[in-house]
Amino acid sequence: MHRDNLERGILELREQIVGMSGSVVEAMRESMRVLRSRDADAAGKLVEADESINTVRYDIEEKCLTLIATQQPVAGDLRSLFSILEIATEVERIGDYAKGIARISIAMGEKPLARNMVTIPIAAEKVCLMLEDAMKAFVASSAEAAREVAARDSEIDQLNDKIQRVILTFVMEDHRTIAEALHLTWVSHNIERAGDRIVNICERIAFTETGEFREFD
Amino acid sequence: MPEPRMRTIDYCLYYGGFRALNSISMDIPPNMITAIIGPSGCGKSTFLRSFNRMNELIPGVRVTGKVLLDGEDIFSLDVVSLRRKVGMVFQRPNPFPKSIFDNVAYGPRIHGLRKGDSLAALVERSLKAAALWDEVKDDLQKSALSLSGGQQQRLCIARALAVEPEVILMDEPASALDPIATLKIEELLQTLKENYTIVIVTHNMQQAARVSDFTAFLLMDESRAGNLVEFGPTKQIFTTPRDSRTEDYISGRFG
Repeated sequence: MHRDNLERGILELREQIVGMSGSVVEAMRESMRVLRSRDADAAGKLVEADESINTVRYDIEEKCLTLIATQQPVAGDLRSLFSILEIATEVERIGDYAKGIARISIAMGEKPLARNMVTIPIAAEKVCLMLEDAMKAFVASSAEAAREVAARDSEIDQLNDKIQRVILTFVMEDHRTIAEALHLTWVSHNIERAGDRIVNICERIAFTETGEFREFD
Repeated sequence: MPEPRMRTIDYCLYYGGFRALNSISMDIPPNMITAIIGPSGCGKSTFLRSFNRMNELIPGVRVTGKVLLDGEDIFSLDVVSLRRKVGMVFQRPNPFPKSIFDNVAYGPRIHGLRKGDSLAALVERSLKAAALWDEVKDDLQKSALSLSGGQQQRLCIARALAVEPEVILMDEPASALDPIATLKIEELLQTLKENYTIVIVTHNMQQAARVSDFTAFLLMDESRAGNLVEFGPTKQIFTTPRDSRTEDYISGRFG
C-alpha cells in the first residue's frame, strides 16, 4: 500500500519530536542544577549538549521535506507534517533557553549566589512539566489537552513577575548584587519565554486536529 | 458567492433501473475552475456529461431533478444551442481528419458567425486563446492529425472555444498527455477561466489541487449510486476536509 512510507515516516517524526523534547526537559532541569551549584564545567557541558538537540531538529526538517516532496501529503497528513516542522523549531528554541541559562551561569562566575532564589527553579520545573504534558497531548492528538497545558502559561507569567519584583527588592537592599540580579533577570526571562514556546507548540497540536490556526490566550 | 453559472438541484440519473447519480445539488460558480474528483465508477464523468445533456445519447438513460444554466432549465433549451453554450473537451484528443483551420472553423460554419466577424479572425482568436497559434500559424492547412498529442488537445480546446461557449466541460483533458503538455493545458486553464467557466473531471488529485478553485468529491454509496460527499473551495478540501471520507480519499486511504 502506497501510504506505508508516509505513515511510517510521520510516526518516526512524531517519536523524534517526543525524544527531542525529553532531551530539552533534561537540559532545562540540568540548567537549574548548574545555576545552584555554580559548576562551570557542568555548565560548559550543557552548552555543548545543545548541539545534539540542534542536529535532531535539522534531521526532522530534512525528513519532513523529503516526505512532502516524495509523498505529496494532503489534509491531516499535511497538517501533521507542517506542525511537526513548527514544533521541532519551538522545542529547539526551548533547548536554546536552557543553554542560555548555562551561559549566564558561566558568566556569573563560581561565587555562590548572594540570595537563594527558590522561585526560579519552581518556575523552571513548571515549564518542564508543561512541556512533558504538551508531549502527552501531542501523542494523544488531543486539542483539548493541548489547550489545558497552554492555559498553565499564565502561572509562569505570574511567577516571572514575582521573580522580577523580588530581584528588584534585592538590588534596592544591596547595590553590590546588581550584576547577579541582572543575570537572574535574564534567567527568569528565559524561563518565561520557554513557557510561551510551549503555548505555540500547543497551538500547533490543536491545529493538527482542527485545521484552524488559532492563538490561545 | 456570485450567482452560479450552472446549478443542479436534486439531480438523479438512472441507467435503466440502476441509479448512477443520487440527488446531487451543486453550484458551478462563474469564471472559476470546478474540479470533480472521486474513485473510478463514482459517476463523475456521467455527472459532467449531465451539464450539456450528453447522456441523452445513451439508450435507457432517465434523469430527475433539475440542471440550470444561468437560471434556465437546460431541458427546456434546444440541445444544439445548449451544447454551443456548454462545450466539451474529452480525454483523448479527437481532432477531425481535416486541416487545422477546418477543425476550428467547423463549429462556426455550422452555428453561423457573429455579425462582422470573419472566419479567419475567429480561427486565429480561438487558436490564440488555446495557446496554439504561435506553433501552427504558418501551417493552418496542415492535417490536424500531424500535430503532437498535446497540440491536438489544445486544438480541440480551440475548436470548443470557436463557438464561443460560456462553459467548458473537460473530462480528464490531460490524462493522455506527457507532463510538459499537461503543464501547458493547466496553464491554459488559468487564462481561460477569465472568460469561461470550466468544469473538469480528473483522476489526478494533485492536478485538481493545482488548477481548480472549487472541488467536488463524489463517492458511490452501498447501492453504487454516486453521491456528492463534499463540495467547497479547493484550498479547504485539500487542507481541512470536513468529511472523513473526503480525507480518506484524498490521502490515498482508498480509491
